[in-house]
Amino acid sequence: MSNKMHVNLNVNGEDHEFLAEPRELLIYALREKLNITGPHVGCETSHCGACTVTMNGKSVKSCTVFVAQANGAHVTTIEGLGNPDALHVLQENFKEHHGLQCGYCTPGMITRAAKLLEENPNPTEADVRFGIAGNICRCTGYQNIVKSILSAASEMNAAKEAAQ
Amino acid sequence: MIPAAFEYYRPKDMDKVLSILEEHGDDARVMAGGHSLIPMMKLRMADVPHLIDLQDVGGMSEIEIGADTIKIGALVTQSDIIDHAALADVAPILREAALQIADPQVRYMGTLGGNIANGDPGNDMPGLMQCLDASFTVVGQNGERVIPAREFYEAAYVTAREDGEVLTAVTIPRPKGGYAYEKQKRKIGDYATAAASVQIVNDDGKCVSAAIAMTNLSDTPVFSKTAGDALVGTSVDDAALKAAVAAMLGDIDPTEDNRGPVAFKNHVAGVILRRAIARAWSRA
Repeated sequence: MSNKMHVNLNVNGEDHEFLAEPRELLIYALREKLNITGPHVGCETSHCGACTVTMNGKSVKSCTVFVAQANGAHVTTIEGLGNPDALHVLQENFKEHHGLQCGYCTPGMITRAAKLLEENPNPTEADVRFGIAGNICRCTGYQNIVKSILSAASEMNAAKEAAQ
Repeated sequence: MIPAAFEYYRPKDMDKVLSILEEHGDDARVMAGGHSLIPMMKLRMADVPHLIDLQDVGGMSEIEIGADTIKIGALVTQSDIIDHAALADVAPILREAALQIADPQVRYMGTLGGNIANGDPGNDMPGLMQCLDASFTVVGQNGERVIPAREFYEAAYVTAREDGEVLTAVTIPRPKGGYAYEKQKRKIGDYATAAASVQIVNDDGKCVSAAIAMTNLSDTPVFSKTAGDALVGTSVDDAALKAAVAAMLGDIDPTEDNRGPVAFKNHVAGVILRRAIARAWSRA
Protein backbone atom coordinates (compact mmCIF):
# COMPACT_ATOMS: atom_id res chain seq x y z
CA MET A 1 0.00 0.00 0.00
CA SER A 2 2.82 2.36 0.69
CA ASN A 3 4.10 2.25 -2.87
CA LYS A 4 5.97 5.38 -3.77
CA MET A 5 5.34 7.20 -6.98
CA HIS A 6 7.47 9.48 -9.11
CA VAL A 7 6.39 13.06 -8.56
CA ASN A 8 7.29 15.98 -10.81
CA LEU A 9 6.86 19.47 -9.43
CA ASN A 10 7.95 22.80 -10.77
CA VAL A 11 8.52 24.98 -7.75
CA ASN A 12 9.48 28.62 -8.18
CA GLY A 13 10.56 27.93 -11.74
CA GLU A 14 12.72 24.93 -10.92
CA ASP A 15 11.86 21.34 -11.84
CA HIS A 16 12.02 18.71 -9.15
CA GLU A 17 11.51 14.99 -9.36
CA PHE A 18 11.29 12.79 -6.31
CA LEU A 19 9.67 9.67 -4.93
CA ALA A 20 6.80 10.05 -2.50
CA GLU A 21 3.83 8.18 -1.19
CA PRO A 22 0.62 9.50 -2.78
CA ARG A 23 -0.71 10.39 0.68
CA GLU A 24 2.14 12.79 1.39
CA LEU A 25 0.71 16.29 1.68
CA LEU A 26 2.13 18.94 -0.63
CA ILE A 27 3.24 21.04 2.34
CA TYR A 28 5.46 18.21 3.60
CA ALA A 29 6.87 17.52 0.16
CA LEU A 30 7.86 21.19 -0.08
CA ARG A 31 9.26 21.45 3.41
CA GLU A 32 10.85 18.07 3.94
CA LYS A 33 11.73 16.80 0.47
CA LEU A 34 12.65 20.10 -1.19
CA ASN A 35 13.72 22.07 1.89
CA ILE A 36 11.40 24.92 0.94
CA THR A 37 10.46 25.79 4.48
CA GLY A 38 8.76 29.18 4.06
CA PRO A 39 5.24 27.72 3.92
CA HIS A 40 4.24 26.62 7.40
CA VAL A 41 1.81 24.30 9.15
CA GLY A 42 -0.51 26.01 11.64
CA CYS A 43 -3.41 23.58 11.87
CA GLU A 44 -4.74 20.25 10.74
CA THR A 45 -8.22 21.37 9.73
CA SER A 46 -7.46 23.52 6.65
CA HIS A 47 -8.34 26.78 8.37
CA CYS A 48 -5.17 28.76 9.04
CA GLY A 49 -3.68 29.23 5.56
CA ALA A 50 -0.07 29.31 6.82
CA CYS A 51 0.70 26.66 4.18
CA THR A 52 -0.72 28.74 1.31
CA VAL A 53 1.13 28.47 -1.99
CA THR A 54 0.09 29.23 -5.56
CA MET A 55 -0.56 26.05 -7.52
CA ASN A 56 -1.39 26.30 -11.23
CA GLY A 57 -2.56 29.88 -10.73
CA LYS A 58 -4.72 29.25 -7.66
CA SER A 59 -4.08 30.05 -4.02
CA VAL A 60 -4.20 26.70 -2.29
CA LYS A 61 -3.64 25.41 1.21
CA SER A 62 -0.86 22.94 0.56
CA CYS A 63 -1.86 20.94 3.65
CA THR A 64 -5.03 19.97 1.80
CA VAL A 65 -3.45 18.77 -1.42
CA PHE A 66 -1.93 15.31 -1.77
CA VAL A 67 1.41 15.33 -3.52
CA ALA A 68 -0.13 12.84 -5.97
CA GLN A 69 -2.74 15.45 -6.92
CA ALA A 70 -0.05 18.07 -7.36
CA ASN A 71 2.04 15.85 -9.64
CA GLY A 72 2.90 17.93 -12.70
CA ALA A 73 1.88 21.21 -11.12
CA HIS A 74 3.56 24.59 -11.10
CA VAL A 75 3.92 25.88 -7.56
CA THR A 76 5.01 29.27 -6.29
CA THR A 77 5.97 29.75 -2.66
CA ILE A 78 7.14 32.79 -0.74
CA GLU A 79 10.70 31.91 -1.77
CA GLY A 80 9.68 32.42 -5.41
CA LEU A 81 8.29 35.91 -4.86
CA GLY A 82 11.45 37.63 -3.71
CA ASN A 83 14.60 37.24 -1.65
CA PRO A 84 16.37 39.40 0.93
CA ASP A 85 18.35 41.15 -1.79
CA ALA A 86 15.38 41.78 -4.06
CA LEU A 87 12.19 41.90 -2.07
CA HIS A 88 8.79 41.62 -3.71
CA VAL A 89 6.72 44.80 -3.33
CA LEU A 90 4.51 42.96 -0.85
CA GLN A 91 7.48 41.82 1.20
CA GLU A 92 8.81 45.38 1.20
CA ASN A 93 5.48 46.72 2.40
CA PHE A 94 4.93 44.08 5.09
CA LYS A 95 8.31 45.21 6.44
CA GLU A 96 7.54 48.90 6.07
CA HIS A 97 4.06 48.75 7.65
CA HIS A 98 4.80 46.17 10.34
CA GLY A 99 2.56 43.55 8.76
CA LEU A 100 4.24 40.77 10.70
CA GLN A 101 5.47 39.92 14.15
CA CYS A 102 6.36 36.25 14.69
CA GLY A 103 6.41 35.76 10.93
CA TYR A 104 4.75 32.36 10.96
CA CYS A 105 1.66 33.34 8.94
CA THR A 106 3.63 35.72 6.72
CA PRO A 107 4.72 33.39 3.90
CA GLY A 108 1.16 32.17 3.40
CA MET A 109 -0.27 35.65 3.88
CA ILE A 110 2.01 37.26 1.30
CA THR A 111 1.60 34.44 -1.20
CA ARG A 112 -2.16 34.80 -0.88
CA ALA A 113 -1.95 38.60 -1.11
CA ALA A 114 0.10 38.36 -4.31
CA LYS A 115 -2.64 36.31 -5.96
CA LEU A 116 -5.33 38.62 -4.59
CA LEU A 117 -3.66 41.68 -6.11
CA GLU A 118 -3.16 39.87 -9.40
CA GLU A 119 -6.92 39.26 -9.54
CA ASN A 120 -7.97 42.57 -8.08
CA PRO A 121 -5.27 45.25 -8.47
CA ASN A 122 -7.45 47.94 -6.85
CA PRO A 123 -8.99 46.34 -3.79
CA THR A 124 -10.85 48.24 -1.10
CA GLU A 125 -10.03 47.59 2.53
CA ALA A 126 -13.07 45.31 2.68
CA ASP A 127 -11.87 43.43 -0.43
CA VAL A 128 -8.49 42.86 1.21
CA ARG A 129 -9.98 41.65 4.47
CA PHE A 130 -12.33 39.28 2.64
CA GLY A 131 -9.57 38.23 0.26
CA ILE A 132 -7.24 37.12 3.05
CA ALA A 133 -9.97 35.57 5.18
CA GLY A 134 -8.48 32.14 4.62
CA ASN A 135 -5.30 33.23 6.42
CA ILE A 136 -5.20 33.48 10.19
CA CYS A 137 -2.71 35.65 12.09
CA ARG A 138 -2.24 35.43 15.84
CA CYS A 139 0.03 38.46 16.25
CA THR A 140 -0.90 41.51 14.22
CA GLY A 141 -4.66 41.92 14.55
CA TYR A 142 -4.63 42.19 10.75
CA GLN A 143 -4.72 45.99 10.63
CA ASN A 144 -1.12 46.36 9.52
CA ILE A 145 -1.41 43.45 7.13
CA VAL A 146 -4.28 45.26 5.42
CA LYS A 147 -2.20 48.46 5.33
CA SER A 148 0.75 46.57 3.86
CA ILE A 149 -1.35 45.02 1.11
CA LEU A 150 -3.14 48.27 0.22
CA SER A 151 0.16 50.11 0.11
CA ALA A 152 1.71 47.40 -2.06
CA ALA A 153 -1.28 47.64 -4.39
CA SER A 154 -0.86 51.36 -4.92
CA GLU A 155 2.90 50.99 -5.44
CA MET A 156 2.34 48.24 -7.98
CA ASN A 157 -0.25 50.35 -9.78
CA ALA A 158 2.04 53.38 -9.81
CA ALA A 159 4.85 51.26 -11.22
CA LYS A 160 2.52 49.91 -13.90
CA GLU A 161 1.44 53.42 -14.87
CA ALA A 162 5.04 54.65 -14.96
CA ALA A 163 5.92 51.75 -17.26
CA GLN A 164 3.17 52.62 -19.73
CA MET B 1 -2.80 15.40 10.19
CA ILE B 2 -1.32 12.22 8.68
CA PRO B 3 -3.71 10.32 6.41
CA ALA B 4 -3.47 6.57 6.07
CA ALA B 5 -1.82 5.18 2.97
CA PHE B 6 -3.93 4.65 -0.12
CA GLU B 7 -3.72 3.52 -3.70
CA TYR B 8 -4.02 6.59 -5.94
CA TYR B 9 -5.69 6.72 -9.34
CA ARG B 10 -5.98 9.63 -11.73
CA PRO B 11 -8.06 8.25 -14.60
CA LYS B 12 -8.75 10.24 -17.74
CA ASP B 13 -12.29 9.09 -18.38
CA MET B 14 -15.44 8.15 -16.51
CA ASP B 15 -15.46 4.53 -17.69
CA LYS B 16 -12.19 3.99 -15.88
CA VAL B 17 -13.52 5.75 -12.76
CA LEU B 18 -16.56 3.50 -12.73
CA SER B 19 -14.52 0.35 -13.24
CA ILE B 20 -12.26 1.21 -10.29
CA LEU B 21 -15.34 1.93 -8.18
CA GLU B 22 -16.83 -1.40 -9.21
CA GLU B 23 -13.66 -3.31 -8.52
CA HIS B 24 -13.12 -1.91 -5.02
CA GLY B 25 -16.66 -1.19 -3.85
CA ASP B 26 -16.76 0.54 -0.47
CA ASP B 27 -12.98 0.76 -0.39
CA ALA B 28 -12.87 3.28 -3.23
CA ARG B 29 -13.91 6.94 -3.17
CA VAL B 30 -13.80 9.66 -5.77
CA MET B 31 -12.20 12.98 -4.89
CA ALA B 32 -13.00 16.32 -6.50
CA GLY B 33 -11.49 19.37 -4.76
CA GLY B 34 -10.57 17.28 -1.74
CA HIS B 35 -11.51 19.96 0.77
CA SER B 36 -13.93 17.81 2.74
CA LEU B 37 -12.42 14.41 2.02
CA ILE B 38 -8.74 15.19 2.72
CA PRO B 39 -9.51 16.83 6.10
CA MET B 40 -11.51 13.74 7.06
CA MET B 41 -8.66 11.49 5.91
CA LYS B 42 -6.15 13.55 7.91
CA LEU B 43 -8.26 12.98 11.02
CA ARG B 44 -8.61 9.31 10.01
CA MET B 45 -12.36 9.72 10.08
CA ALA B 46 -12.54 8.62 6.46
CA ASP B 47 -10.84 5.38 5.46
CA VAL B 48 -10.15 5.40 1.73
CA PRO B 49 -7.87 2.58 0.59
CA HIS B 50 -8.46 3.49 -3.07
CA LEU B 51 -8.63 7.16 -3.94
CA ILE B 52 -9.81 8.21 -7.39
CA ASP B 53 -8.83 11.76 -8.30
CA LEU B 54 -11.32 13.19 -10.81
CA GLN B 55 -9.19 16.15 -11.93
CA ASP B 56 -8.25 14.67 -15.33
CA VAL B 57 -11.72 13.39 -16.19
CA GLY B 58 -13.02 15.83 -18.80
CA GLY B 59 -16.51 17.14 -19.37
CA MET B 60 -17.37 18.18 -15.84
CA SER B 61 -16.03 21.74 -15.72
CA GLU B 62 -18.53 23.55 -17.93
CA ILE B 63 -21.25 26.05 -17.09
CA GLU B 64 -23.92 25.97 -19.81
CA ILE B 65 -26.69 28.53 -19.71
CA GLY B 66 -29.68 27.44 -21.78
CA ALA B 67 -32.99 29.12 -22.48
CA ASP B 68 -34.74 27.35 -19.60
CA THR B 69 -32.06 25.61 -17.63
CA ILE B 70 -28.51 26.00 -16.39
CA LYS B 71 -26.21 23.00 -16.41
CA ILE B 72 -23.15 23.07 -14.19
CA GLY B 73 -20.50 20.35 -14.29
CA ALA B 74 -19.71 18.70 -10.98
CA LEU B 75 -16.07 19.85 -11.05
CA VAL B 76 -16.93 23.55 -11.41
CA THR B 77 -15.32 25.21 -8.40
CA GLN B 78 -16.87 27.73 -6.05
CA SER B 79 -14.53 30.37 -7.45
CA ASP B 80 -15.59 29.46 -11.02
CA ILE B 81 -19.18 30.15 -9.93
CA ILE B 82 -18.22 33.47 -8.36
CA ASP B 83 -16.26 34.62 -11.41
CA HIS B 84 -18.81 33.63 -14.06
CA ALA B 85 -20.52 36.87 -15.09
CA ALA B 86 -23.24 35.27 -17.22
CA LEU B 87 -24.14 32.89 -14.42
CA ALA B 88 -24.31 35.76 -11.94
CA ASP B 89 -26.71 37.40 -14.37
CA VAL B 90 -29.19 34.55 -14.66
CA ALA B 91 -28.81 32.96 -11.21
CA PRO B 92 -27.27 35.56 -8.88
CA ILE B 93 -28.17 33.53 -5.78
CA LEU B 94 -25.39 31.05 -6.66
CA ARG B 95 -22.72 33.73 -6.45
CA GLU B 96 -24.23 35.19 -3.29
CA ALA B 97 -24.12 31.77 -1.63
CA ALA B 98 -20.69 30.75 -2.96
CA LEU B 99 -19.15 33.90 -1.48
CA GLN B 100 -20.37 32.75 1.94
CA ILE B 101 -18.75 29.33 1.59
CA ALA B 102 -15.35 28.72 3.19
CA ASP B 103 -12.51 31.09 2.18
CA PRO B 104 -10.63 32.01 -1.01
CA GLN B 105 -8.21 29.09 -0.99
CA VAL B 106 -10.93 26.54 -0.33
CA ARG B 107 -13.14 28.08 -3.03
CA TYR B 108 -10.41 27.66 -5.66
CA MET B 109 -10.42 23.91 -5.03
CA GLY B 110 -13.82 22.98 -3.63
CA THR B 111 -16.35 22.02 -6.29
CA LEU B 112 -20.10 22.35 -6.62
CA GLY B 113 -20.40 18.60 -7.12
CA GLY B 114 -18.38 17.81 -4.02
CA ASN B 115 -20.38 20.26 -1.93
CA ILE B 116 -23.58 18.60 -3.10
CA ALA B 117 -22.48 14.97 -2.94
CA ASN B 118 -20.69 15.22 0.42
CA GLY B 119 -23.91 14.85 2.38
CA ASP B 120 -22.77 16.98 5.31
CA PRO B 121 -25.77 19.05 6.44
CA GLY B 122 -23.33 21.91 7.05
CA ASN B 123 -22.71 22.37 3.33
CA ASP B 124 -24.54 25.36 1.84
CA MET B 125 -25.21 24.24 -1.73
CA PRO B 126 -27.60 21.36 -0.93
CA GLY B 127 -30.28 23.61 0.57
CA LEU B 128 -29.80 26.13 -2.20
CA MET B 129 -30.22 23.38 -4.79
CA GLN B 130 -33.45 22.31 -3.12
CA CYS B 131 -34.69 25.90 -3.13
CA LEU B 132 -33.93 26.14 -6.86
CA ASP B 133 -35.47 22.71 -7.56
CA ALA B 134 -32.23 21.53 -9.14
CA SER B 135 -31.63 17.97 -10.20
CA PHE B 136 -28.45 15.95 -10.04
CA THR B 137 -27.12 13.66 -12.75
CA VAL B 138 -25.27 10.62 -11.49
CA VAL B 139 -23.61 7.99 -13.64
CA GLY B 140 -22.95 4.38 -12.71
CA GLN B 141 -22.46 1.00 -14.33
CA ASN B 142 -26.08 1.04 -15.46
CA GLY B 143 -25.81 4.46 -17.07
CA GLU B 144 -27.08 7.86 -16.04
CA ARG B 145 -29.98 8.75 -13.83
CA VAL B 146 -31.31 12.06 -12.61
CA ILE B 147 -32.26 12.65 -8.98
CA PRO B 148 -34.16 15.75 -7.83
CA ALA B 149 -32.29 17.71 -5.15
CA ARG B 150 -35.41 17.61 -3.02
CA GLU B 151 -35.20 13.79 -2.95
CA PHE B 152 -31.42 13.42 -2.76
CA TYR B 153 -30.69 13.85 0.94
CA GLU B 154 -31.69 11.01 3.28
CA ALA B 155 -29.62 11.58 6.44
CA ALA B 156 -26.24 13.02 7.42
CA TYR B 157 -23.76 11.71 4.83
CA VAL B 158 -26.45 9.48 3.33
CA THR B 159 -27.73 10.44 -0.10
CA ALA B 160 -29.58 8.80 -2.96
CA ARG B 161 -26.28 8.38 -4.81
CA GLU B 162 -25.16 4.74 -4.73
CA ASP B 163 -21.55 3.83 -3.91
CA GLY B 164 -20.75 2.92 -7.50
CA GLU B 165 -22.14 6.18 -8.87
CA VAL B 166 -20.51 9.54 -9.53
CA LEU B 167 -22.29 12.88 -9.57
CA THR B 168 -21.45 14.49 -12.89
CA ALA B 169 -23.68 17.53 -13.29
CA VAL B 170 -26.32 19.74 -11.77
CA THR B 171 -29.25 21.09 -13.74
CA ILE B 172 -31.11 24.12 -12.46
CA PRO B 173 -34.27 25.64 -13.94
CA ARG B 174 -33.45 29.30 -14.60
CA PRO B 175 -34.53 31.02 -11.38
CA LYS B 176 -37.22 33.68 -11.48
CA GLY B 177 -37.71 36.75 -9.33
CA GLY B 178 -35.86 37.97 -6.26
CA TYR B 179 -33.33 35.94 -4.35
CA ALA B 180 -31.33 35.81 -1.15
CA TYR B 181 -28.91 33.48 0.55
CA GLU B 182 -28.71 34.58 4.18
CA LYS B 183 -26.28 32.79 6.46
CA GLN B 184 -25.56 33.20 10.16
CA LYS B 185 -22.13 31.92 11.08
CA ARG B 186 -19.61 32.41 13.85
CA LYS B 187 -16.83 33.45 11.51
CA ILE B 188 -15.48 33.16 7.98
CA GLY B 189 -15.33 29.58 6.83
CA ASP B 190 -17.74 28.27 9.43
CA TYR B 191 -20.69 26.13 8.54
CA ALA B 192 -23.99 27.89 9.20
CA THR B 193 -25.61 28.18 12.58
CA ALA B 194 -28.61 28.73 10.33
CA ALA B 195 -28.95 29.70 6.69
CA ALA B 196 -31.86 30.27 4.36
CA SER B 197 -32.23 30.18 0.57
CA VAL B 198 -35.15 32.15 -0.82
CA GLN B 199 -36.28 32.64 -4.40
CA ILE B 200 -39.49 34.65 -4.76
CA VAL B 201 -41.62 36.10 -7.56
CA ASN B 202 -43.48 39.40 -7.23
CA ASP B 203 -46.38 40.12 -9.55
CA ASP B 204 -47.68 43.63 -9.01
CA GLY B 205 -47.06 43.60 -5.27
CA LYS B 206 -48.32 40.05 -4.71
CA CYS B 207 -46.12 37.03 -4.18
CA VAL B 208 -47.00 34.48 -6.83
CA SER B 209 -44.37 31.88 -6.01
CA ALA B 210 -41.80 31.35 -3.28
CA ALA B 211 -39.28 28.59 -2.62
CA ILE B 212 -37.56 28.29 0.75
CA ALA B 213 -34.87 25.89 1.97
CA MET B 214 -32.89 25.90 5.20
CA THR B 215 -29.28 24.83 5.83
CA ASN B 216 -27.73 23.00 8.80
CA LEU B 217 -30.93 22.88 10.82
CA SER B 218 -31.53 19.15 10.52
CA ASP B 219 -29.47 16.12 9.53
CA THR B 220 -30.26 17.05 5.92
CA PRO B 221 -31.06 20.31 4.15
CA VAL B 222 -34.73 21.17 4.59
CA PHE B 223 -36.95 22.26 1.72
CA SER B 224 -39.93 23.86 3.45
CA LYS B 225 -42.79 23.83 0.99
CA THR B 226 -45.21 25.05 3.63
CA ALA B 227 -43.05 28.10 4.37
CA GLY B 228 -42.99 29.08 0.70
CA ASP B 229 -46.71 28.45 0.36
CA ALA B 230 -47.38 30.74 3.34
CA LEU B 231 -46.10 33.67 1.27
CA VAL B 232 -47.96 32.96 -1.95
CA GLY B 233 -50.92 35.28 -2.49
CA THR B 234 -49.73 37.75 0.14
CA SER B 235 -47.96 41.08 -0.17
CA VAL B 236 -45.18 39.60 2.04
CA ASP B 237 -46.32 41.67 4.97
CA ASP B 238 -45.54 40.99 8.60
CA ALA B 239 -48.35 38.46 8.99
CA ALA B 240 -47.10 36.52 5.98
CA LEU B 241 -43.52 36.56 7.31
CA LYS B 242 -44.74 35.25 10.67
CA ALA B 243 -46.68 32.48 8.96
CA ALA B 244 -43.68 31.51 6.82
CA VAL B 245 -41.37 31.41 9.83
CA ALA B 246 -43.86 29.33 11.84
CA ALA B 247 -44.21 26.89 8.95
CA MET B 248 -40.43 26.63 8.53
CA LEU B 249 -39.95 25.97 12.26
CA GLY B 250 -42.30 23.01 11.93
CA ASP B 251 -40.04 21.48 9.28
CA ILE B 252 -36.57 21.88 10.80
CA ASP B 253 -35.06 19.71 13.52
CA PRO B 254 -31.84 21.30 14.77
CA THR B 255 -29.53 19.62 17.26
CA GLU B 256 -27.41 21.21 19.96
CA ASP B 257 -23.71 21.63 19.26
CA ASN B 258 -21.10 24.33 19.86
CA ARG B 259 -23.06 26.67 17.58
CA GLY B 260 -25.76 26.72 20.22
CA PRO B 261 -28.68 24.91 21.83
CA VAL B 262 -31.85 23.98 19.99
CA ALA B 263 -33.88 26.96 21.23
CA PHE B 264 -31.20 29.36 19.96
CA LYS B 265 -31.00 27.66 16.58
CA ASN B 266 -34.77 27.86 16.18
CA HIS B 267 -34.62 31.54 17.06
CA VAL B 268 -31.76 32.22 14.65
CA ALA B 269 -33.49 30.24 11.90
CA GLY B 270 -36.49 32.54 12.23
CA VAL B 271 -34.39 35.70 12.15
CA ILE B 272 -32.39 34.50 9.16
CA LEU B 273 -35.43 33.44 7.20
CA ARG B 274 -37.12 36.80 7.81
CA ARG B 275 -34.04 38.63 6.58
CA ALA B 276 -33.71 36.37 3.56
CA ILE B 277 -37.33 36.83 2.56
CA ALA B 278 -37.13 40.60 3.04
CA ARG B 279 -34.00 40.86 0.89
CA ALA B 280 -35.36 38.53 -1.78
CA TRP B 281 -38.64 40.46 -1.88
CA SER B 282 -36.81 43.78 -2.20
CA ARG B 283 -35.09 42.34 -5.29
CA ALA B 284 -38.20 40.71 -6.74
